[in-house]
Amino acid sequence: MTNYSQDPCAHCEEMMQPYLDHILTEAERVEAEHHLDECDWCRRRYRFEESLRVYVRQLVDEPMPVALKEKLAALRIPLN
Amino acid sequence: MAEAPPDAARIASEARDRVRFEEDALALSDQVFRVARHLAGSREEAEDLVQETYARAFRSWRSFQPGTNLRAWLLRILTNLNIDRGRRNQRAPQTTPLEANDYYLYDKLAESDGGATDEERVVERLSQDDIVSALSAVPHDFRDVIVLVDIGDFSYQDAAQILDIPIGTVMSRLHRGRRILKRELAESVLEDTA
Repeated sequence: MTNYSQDPCAHCEEMMQPYLDHILTEAERVEAEHHLDECDWCRRRYRFEESLRVYVRQLVDEPMPVALKEKLAALRIPLN
Repeated sequence: MAEAPPDAARIASEARDRVRFEEDALALSDQVFRVARHLAGSREEAEDLVQETYARAFRSWRSFQPGTNLRAWLLRILTNLNIDRGRRNQRAPQTTPLEANDYYLYDKLAESDGGATDEERVVERLSQDDIVSALSAVPHDFRDVIVLVDIGDFSYQDAAQILDIPIGTVMSRLHRGRRILKRELAESVLEDTA
């Protein structure tokens, strides 16, 4: 494990995915944001990683076929 | 006036519960399909899987506990069916591909772009085909977690329950899976530019 005083950018990289997942503690989040505010190198990478997640989610989204929806509705068990 | 026999009242009440369950489950079908599409190897397989899931859910609706997460319950059925089917049409290798560092994809994209300045635009160099095929190249164990968390918006806890694995395993597979995905994406971009 790294820390911000030893190697700030390596530590920021380690914290990046948990930061994007919103699972850091409050103290870790504040530290990460402090580093991102002052480090252009990490901030660029943060913006990329954030955009990548949104973009992947948008591009893989395929609408459900209408015919499938109808087939599912037909699977309901009829009332006697 | 004679009261309805207790049995009739019970049957009527159960029928109402069942109809409500079916309506609630059908209302989630878009979300179930979105996840199924990338858990399965192809669109056709995803459609089959969703149909089988709903057929099974409608048959075993009594085992759903009202008030719990119905979307997660449906996905649990779906992932079990997907595993039971032996994951036909497997496209992903079962050996674990190499992982890249977290920034590998960014570095490759920025490099091949001659030092891009706008990170939000850099991602747009990835096509839909690049992303869909890179995702399908990620081995199942890792892909399941990425699809549930990053595409299906399930929490780590829900993903752990759906896949019946510890939450720590969800986190480690997600971490490695995202790295594998980024490496696959970087390779597809490098191939496009080659």
